[in-house]
Amino acid sequence: MVHWSAEEKQLIAGLWGRLSAEQCGAEALARLLIVYPWTQRFFDNFGNLSSPTAIVGNPKVRAHGRKVLTSFGEAIKNLDNLKGTFSKLSELHCDKLHVDPENFRLLGDILIIVLAAHFSKDFTPACQATWQKLVGVVAHALAHKYH
Amino acid sequence: MLTAEDKKLIQQIWGKLSGAEEEIGAEALYRMFHAYPPTKTYFPHFDLSQGSDQIRGHGKKVVAALGNAIKNMDNLSQALSELSNLHAYNLLAVLSPVFALQFLSQCLQVVLATRLGKEYSPEVHSAVDKFMSAVAAVLAEKYR
Repeated sequence: MVHWSAEEKQLIAGLWGRLSAEQCGAEALARLLIVYPWTQRFFDNFGNLSSPTAIVGNPKVRAHGRKVLTSFGEAIKNLDNLKGTFSKLSELHCDKLHVDPENFRLLGDILIIVLAAHFSKDFTPACQATWQKLVGVVAHALAHKYH
Repeated sequence: MLTAEDKKLIQQIWGKLSGAEEEIGAEALYRMFHAYPPTKTYFPHFDLSQGSDQIRGHGKKVVAALGNAIKNMDNLSQALSELSNLHAYNLLAVLSPVFALQFLSQCLQVVLATRLGKEYSPEVHSAVDKFMSAVAAVLAEKYR
């Protein structure tokens, strides 16, 4: 089980309380599709993904980004049981969606960059270190049920 | 492959950061050591506290090398040739250069994003990410 110090929990909750799941989620997902274009293959039915502008403006991307970040919020409420929290989602991503878990790591890194752009100097090295740990364990939990 | 547009974006962004190279390099390195503790194993002889002379000095070197690469984006292989040799033969055993450099790339991008905010747009993000991948690939060329 992953151990979280009081400081780490504070750094996570503090930042989470100040961000919009919809905005950050939409931005992170859009960047994933733009920076790593092969990820678009998982979103065939999303309509127009033909350019960065199209992707950023795409309502399905926004909606799905929000869904992803909201789910992330669940992780934050359950830091002591991430594997349990993501058990069903892990099965879904493996069995139905066929997503290589490496993509979770990519999205995690992108989320970090989105946070850095939003919070600027407040996104301190300590903050980054804690959040890199968080996205890492979330990615790990999401990969846990793969077979 | 870096497109003409990518190269333009990178040069623009780099131009905006002129003068702050040492700080950016130092911060990127410090963030890397803090977020990815295993990277510290490559610098056992360094004082890794925030703002240390060695981190500032090395950060400055790293950013200068990147700046040189940016001036020579059409021939990265040649521009980074010396460094590729250096990392391959002279430095302590770097197990997986591409892997290790991913962490530096992530941390450098975080520093750029904190400084540029919205200006670190998806297009700029994409161009920089591609550029850092290309740099890592060139540095890894000489390993084996």
